[in-house]
Parts: sequence; structure tokens; C-alpha cells
Amino acid sequence: MMIWALILIPFIAGLLSLFIRVDVLRRSILIAAAVCHTAIITLCWLENPEPILAGWFAFDATAKLFLSIASVLFLCASFYAVGYLKAERHEPKKDFEEEEFFVNAPEAIFTACLLMFLMTMTLAITSQHFGLIWVAMEATTLVSAPLIYFHRHHRSLEATWKYLLICSVGIAISLLGNFFLAIAASAPDGSSIPLMRSDLAANASQLLSPWVKAAFIFILVGYGTKMGLAPLHTWLPDAHSEAPSVVSALLSGTLLNCAFVGILRAYEVTAAAGLLPFAQNLLILFGLVSMAFAAVFIIGQADYKRMLAYSSVEHMGILALGVGLGGAAVFGSMLHTVNHSLTKAALFLVAGNILAVYKTKIASHVKGVFSLISVSGFLWIAGILAITGFPPFGTFLSEFTILKAIIEQGRYFIAAAYLGLLAIIFVSFSAIAFRMAQGRNTENLPAKNERWLSIVPPAVLLFGVLVLGVYVPKQLTNVLHDIALLLGGN
Amino acid sequence: MVLLILTNMVVLGTSRLRACIRVVAVQGVALGILPLLHSFEWQLLIFAVLSIILKGIVFPVMLSRTLRQLNVWQEESPYVGYGLSLLMGPFALAFSSWISLRLPLPYTIHSTMLIPVALFTLIVGLFIIVSRKKALTQVLGYLVMENGIYAFGMAIAYHQPMLIELGVLLDVFVGVFVMGIAIFHISRQFDHINTDQLSALRN
Repeated sequence: MMIWALILIPFIAGLLSLFIRVDVLRRSILIAAAVCHTAIITLCWLENPEPILAGWFAFDATAKLFLSIASVLFLCASFYAVGYLKAERHEPKKDFEEEEFFVNAPEAIFTACLLMFLMTMTLAITSQHFGLIWVAMEATTLVSAPLIYFHRHHRSLEATWKYLLICSVGIAISLLGNFFLAIAASAPDGSSIPLMRSDLAANASQLLSPWVKAAFIFILVGYGTKMGLAPLHTWLPDAHSEAPSVVSALLSGTLLNCAFVGILRAYEVTAAAGLLPFAQNLLILFGLVSMAFAAVFIIGQADYKRMLAYSSVEHMGILALGVGLGGAAVFGSMLHTVNHSLTKAALFLVAGNILAVYKTKIASHVKGVFSLISVSGFLWIAGILAITGFPPFGTFLSEFTILKAIIEQGRYFIAAAYLGLLAIIFVSFSAIAFRMAQGRNTENLPAKNERWLSIVPPAVLLFGVLVLGVYVPKQLTNVLHDIALLLGGN
Repeated sequence: MVLLILTNMVVLGTSRLRACIRVVAVQGVALGILPLLHSFEWQLLIFAVLSIILKGIVFPVMLSRTLRQLNVWQEESPYVGYGLSLLMGPFALAFSSWISLRLPLPYTIHSTMLIPVALFTLIVGLFIIVSRKKALTQVLGYLVMENGIYAFGMAIAYHQPMLIELGVLLDVFVGVFVMGIAIFHISRQFDHINTDQLSALRN
């Protein structure tokens, strides 16, 4: 019942918003749907809902964690989006990078796609059947593509095309992985285990291990493309930098997590089939490569939204690394998922505020954010400190947990690489960001009043990260432990 | 089966987009009929009919309409020439046969040809996506690849629950639809649909 509500509320609201002509009404529907979704999630924490459709959709520990993140982020983003849409004018406006005019996509389509995005993410996270996960995952790509193409100019179009093509091909590859899993699950007499997560994990000893290996590789590569693991991340910086900031926040904070859930489901089955070391090594490899790629591209990055996008690649790398290390690092990695999502969403929202005032994405053209829009400037610095893992933010706690686990396992080479890359990223990140915040603005831009809707959502998210750095609630710890147990951690 | 191989070769070797669309449609229809030759079930029939309608009628009509609106008929100067692409065909076929010999299936299937052909189709699809410039041809490549995966699913005689099969089909449909719209916008913005000039975003 509850799960039905979670799926149907955004779906119906999305359909409605396609046909409503009045802006105010449509925006209130967006907010209402987001509030309902989060409220139901809260109820689900109090009392675990029944699975629906013979267990195809269920609210297990993994779904609980990831869906809660998605829902909270969507709630904050929807408030921000309302403020954003109010400020966006309908008439053609000047492109600030090239002297051309462009229009926005109709607001109705934008709102509808946002809501459908929430629905498809709910489907992808709660579904327990591998085929269903695939269907939902591809659906998230398709409904989020129009979101990236909100500003109708050629750069966003290019980003959308790359996103569509690269992610679709990636996800098609993971479909092949699903078929391999189906082969692994079949016996010589033609009977087979259903592709349900629980069935596969329970009968894992009967799975054919070469095919499980192949399946895991294909699923990792396929969903990894969407999650932004290097070297398959090429769509990510383009899409994140060209989409409206509120969409970038959702892509980075929730969509990448969805793909991560897909990988975790396959990882769980692979681990149950006794192939844990194999899967772990792959994840460690992808994790370190992603961090290295991100570090290289963050050094001297000119565009501050691209910088944030590469930071997402880095953090996805940390997540994969944490899960791959096993032991206490899995717990750290799950905690880091929460921290990264909250922080990165907040940062993208603040970047949207900066972009709205300065009208440029070039970091060196932005000076004196503190003096011009002081609240955003404050949030920007706080967010940058949080994302680079500075205490007392939650990200410090989770990154430190992972580091501790690496050292306890005696893998000093990985520890050195991990610390070194984090340090490089910290230095280059803060160099770029602090230069933006300090100084006087040379362009003589008029001082602006900041709208509540544009500063409260990121402030709330950052406050959440701060709290997580000091105190992790008992319920959350329990859920994180449950997931870690499934994934070969402790 | 032979039809599948032939259609793949034609797609590799032709530059006329209209012919490409038709050939991919024929391939889709052939794939739709194939499972019915081995076993006959109502559920299978409904699904086959649906996929034939989609791949044989809806996609070609949609893509041809885009073609007419855009007034592009030929793929000019791809990254890899047609002769070379054609030459690549047999190599890909040999490669996929070799791979399928290395992968022992846990049970016997109707035809030993199916898996190599499915892999071959998959490789051809991927090759088309990376070696052609026109956005429309890339969509065709995506369809060929999807056909290959579909054939693979058929080869292992694995039937997912109906709902999921339909979901997969729906996703492919919406995917092509959205890509069609994107192509239309690309042609309006750039006056062409050559993706090699989509290169403003880097670093």
C-alpha cells in the first residue's frame, strides 16, 4: 500500500502537471507531491511497509537508505525549483557565453519530467527483480534527458545527446549482464531460479560461477557508466554543467546513487555466490581509477560547475572503493553516500545562485561572492569544506572510517593513493573556490537580495551534513549495518 | 538467421539512410518471427506481434519522417569507410563465433548459430554507433545493438515475466522517440546532424 503510494503520487502529479496551464497551481502540485513522498517515507521508517506485486517491489534496507536520500533531496530541490522557475523568464534571453538568444523548454514539461524522474527513481530503488531494475534504470535516463535540455541552446543539446547515447548504450550492456545472470541461474534440465534478488541470494550455491562473473562485469560496466565511474564517466561533466543547477543537484545526489544501487544488487548476488574477492577487486580498481581521473581534471578546472561534476566522479570512486574493501569500509561507504548526496546537492544549488548573479560559469570571472551575496558565499565555503572532507562535517567521518578500514587491513598502497588523491583534490578545490568567494567583484554588479527559496534548501542540506558529522542517529546506524552485512562488510 | 547476418552486412556497407532504416526494420521483423518457429505459445505470440509492429512499422515510419523533415539522405564521410566496415564484418563474425565456443552453455539450445549471430549483431551495432557521424545513424546503431541483445535473450530461451519484456520494449520505444526529438532539435540548432561537430564541451 505504502509503496504503491510512493510510486503513484509522483506519477499522477506528473501527469496532472502536463495539463495544468496555471503556473502557481502546477508549482504547488510539485511541492505537494514532494512533501507527500517524504512524509510517506517517514512513515515507512516507523513501520516497514509490505512488499507489493508478489515481492517485486520491496522496502529493504538498501531501498530504505537510498530512497530516503532521494526523497529528502527531491523535497529540497522542489522548493528551490519553484524559486528558480519564478525567476526564469519565458521570453527569449541572451546566452551569456555566446551572443545568441535562446528560450526555455515549457515549464509544464519540465515539472512533469521532474516528477516522473522521482517516480522512476522510486521504481529503480525499490524493485527486487533484476529485469525490473533494468527497465526502471533506463526509464530514469529517458525522463531526465528533457531536464538537461531545459535551456534550449546548442551546448545543452550536445550534453543531452551525449547523455542519452552513452547512458543508453551503457544500460544496454547491463541488459546483456542480466541475461548472463539468467544463464547462471539455470540448471541443465532447463529449469531456472527466478531473477529475484532474494531467490538468487538464497540459492547462490547453485549459480554457475563463470557466468556470474561475466554478469557482474557487464552489470558493473553498464550501470557504472550511469554512476559515473571513470573511464565511463564522459557524459557526466557535460550533463552536470549544462543542466539547470537544480537538475544537476538531483542528477548528482540521487541519479548516480540509483545506478549504484543497481551495482550493489548484483554485488550482493555475486558475493553470495562465493565470488566476493573477485567483485571486490573490480570495485577497488574502478574506485581508484575514478578518483585519479577526477583529481587530474579538477586541477586547474576553469568551470566551477564542471569542477563539482568531477568531484561527483571522485566521490562515486570513493563509494566503490569503500564497498570493494569490505569490512568496516562498507559501513563507511554507505554513510558516505548520505553525506555526499546532501553536500553535493547543496553545492550545486549554491552554484546555481552564483550563476544567476554572475552569469558566468568560469571560476576566474567570479570574484567577491562573500560581499555580493553573503549567505550564498557562506554556504559555498561551508559546502566546499564539507565536500573535501573537512571536520566537523559528516564527510570527514565517513572518509575517515574508510581510511581506518584500509589501514586495519594493512593495504598501505591503497591508503597512500587514497590519501594522496584526496589531498590533491582538496588543494585544487579550495584554491578555485576560495578565490571565487573572496575579493571584491570587479564587474560592479549591483548587490542583490537573496530569495529565501534559493538559500534555505541548500542551508538545510548542509546543516544535515554537519549534524551527521557530530551525531549519527541510532536508526540510521542500524540500517547502514544491515546493508553492510549484505555486502560482505561488518 | 542468415537474414540477420545479411542485414548486418548491408547496414555496415550502405550509405543511404533510407535503405538503412528499411534494413533495420527487416531485421527487427525477422527477429520477431524467429522465436515462433521453435515453439508456439499465446504469450509469445502477443509479444512477437507487438515487437514486430514496433520494430517493423512504428520505428521505420518515425525515423523516415525525421529524415524527410531534415532532408538528409546520406551518411557522408564516416570515420571508418564503407569498404573497411564491410571488411570488418566477417572478422566480427569470426570473433563472435570464437567467443561463443569459449562460453559453454549449461544446456543445449535450438540452434548453435544463434549465440554467435546475436553477438555479431551486438558488435555491429556498437561499431555503427562509434564509426558514423550522423545522429540518425547512431540511433540505427543503437537499434541494431538492441536487436542483438534481444536475439541473445532468445538464444538462451529465457523468458522473463511478460511485464518485464513489455517494459524493455517500452523503454526502447521511448528511447528512440526521445532520440528522434533530440535529432530534430539538433538539426534546427546546427543545420545538420553531424555529431562530430558537437564538441563545444570538453575538459
